[in-house]
Formats: sequence, C-alpha cells, structure tokens
Amino acid sequence: MTALALTGSPLWYASRASGTLALVLLTATVVLGIASGGRAAPRRLGRFEIGRLHRDLSLLTLVFLAVHVVTAVLDPFVHLGWAVSVVPFTASYRPLWLGLGTTAFDLLLAVLVTSALRLRLGVRRWKAVHWLAYAAWPFALFHGVGTGTDTRLSLQLWLYAGCLASVVGAVWWRLAKAGPGRVTGRLTAALAATAVPVVLTAFLAAGPLQPGWAQRAAATTILAGSGR
Amino acid sequence: MTRTRTLRIDRIACTGQGLCAELLPELIDLDEWGYPIAGDPAVPDRLRTHARRAVAACPRLALHTDDDPA
Repeated sequence: MTALALTGSPLWYASRASGTLALVLLTATVVLGIASGGRAAPRRLGRFEIGRLHRDLSLLTLVFLAVHVVTAVLDPFVHLGWAVSVVPFTASYRPLWLGLGTTAFDLLLAVLVTSALRLRLGVRRWKAVHWLAYAAWPFALFHGVGTGTDTRLSLQLWLYAGCLASVVGAVWWRLAKAGPGRVTGRLTAALAATAVPVVLTAFLAAGPLQPGWAQRAAATTILAGSGR
Repeated sequence: MTRTRTLRIDRIACTGQGLCAELLPELIDLDEWGYPIAGDPAVPDRLRTHARRAVAACPRLALHTDDDPA
C-alpha cells in the first residue's frame, strides 16, 4: 500500500486526475470504435447511438486532455512551456515519456480536425487519418505508465490493466466476429493486441516498478542533448 | 422556384451498416441483407434536418443528398 503524499499544488492533482480520466475515456472511445466497426450489430441499441456515443466520448476525452495539458504546463513544479504541448520530445521533464503523450495529443488533434471535415474530405482521406487513433491509444498508455507519478499505486495499475483488457478484448471480439478476407489487417490486429500487453508488462517490470525510475525517466531522451 | 432535394445511395460504397434507416425510417427501408432501399428519393422539407443527420452518420459516407432544380 503506497500512501499518497498530500503535498504539491492543486494543478498537479488536477493534471494527474484529468490525465487518468482522459485515458479511461479514450479507452472507452477506442473500444466502441473497434467493436462497432465490424458487421456485428448490437441488439438493444441502434447503431447510430453507438456512433453518437463514440463521437461524444471522444470529444469528452479531448476536454479532459485539454485540462490535463493546461494544468501540467501551468504547474510550477515542472517548467514545461507551451511548446511542449504540441512539439513532442522537447520537454525538460521525462522527455521521452512526456513526448509520447504529446504525440498522442497531436494524433488525436489530427483525428478531430479530419472528423470535423469528414463530409468534405471524403471517406478515404478521413479514414486514413482516423487510423492514427489506434496509434494514439498505446502512446497515451505508455505515456501514462512512464510519466505518471501514480504508476506504482496498485489502484492505478489495476486501472491500466482494465484499460488494456478492454481494448485487447474488443480487438479479439471483433476478430472472432470478422468474416474472411483482409488477412493482413486481421493478422496485424492480432499481433498488435498480443504485443502491446507483453511489451507493457515487460516495460513496467523493467522500468516504472523498479526503484530509481524517476532518475532514469528524467535521463531518457530520444536525441542526445534534447533534454536539459 | 423551389429546389427539391433527393436522396442518392452510393451502392458501391455502402456496406449495409443500416444507420441511415435508423435515422431516416420515413424514407429508407432495409432489404433482407441490411442494405438500404429508398422508395421515393424526394426529401420533404420537414425531413431535411433528419436527412442531413443520416448523411453525416453514414460510416462509409455512402448516402448523399442532391439539390435538383425543379
């Protein structure tokens, strides 16, 4: 049992809480997107209701994400600056792991803009960008695990496990219901759904759950010298 | 001069998800495989908003409305 240290600014608490909520909401959005994309139709709900819920949850995700980013930048403990919110891997605080979050945010912004212009862009171009949402989710998850100061809390770990199980479950459910054809796509989905939990577990065991993670996370950069 | 608005279904793009028939049952029925059938393609004025919503909700953007000069 890890005790919460009740120190730090309210902004810091707001940032952690909104980040965690954004991950949960993004997970729900992704699960709905995966589950409703196939042929299987829900019995009690209309398909349009699922579509609306997918859209509304995604917008709610972005609201909490905005709160998460703004509070993290304003928090005086880490001096981030506004550029960090859109330019990945340039932060002074845990540059690599924070950069994953920035990347996820950028991807979701691209998905938001193209979805708003969907009728003008046409389905092919919209869909091409919408695929990025599948990349944004694991980026957000690894960002949470690697940057989050709550990762060692057992409740937070259970929450990550729940998010992971929901998305992986949705992928397998969709694959089980899928018909023949698109073998490459289905194989890729199955591989990704297997790889993400394995990599995440290995990363957790090797990184955030080991002592001294804060020092190591602070030192990890993609480009030498990009972190101060 | 009034312009009439008509529904057009792109049969090649349509995958039969059926959202259009849920949102616009007045104009769109589904066949036994779940693909839409628009009996009379003309959209009455009172259904214009609903038609626009159905067009926007189509996952494949296979439903269109065209403005025809009457």
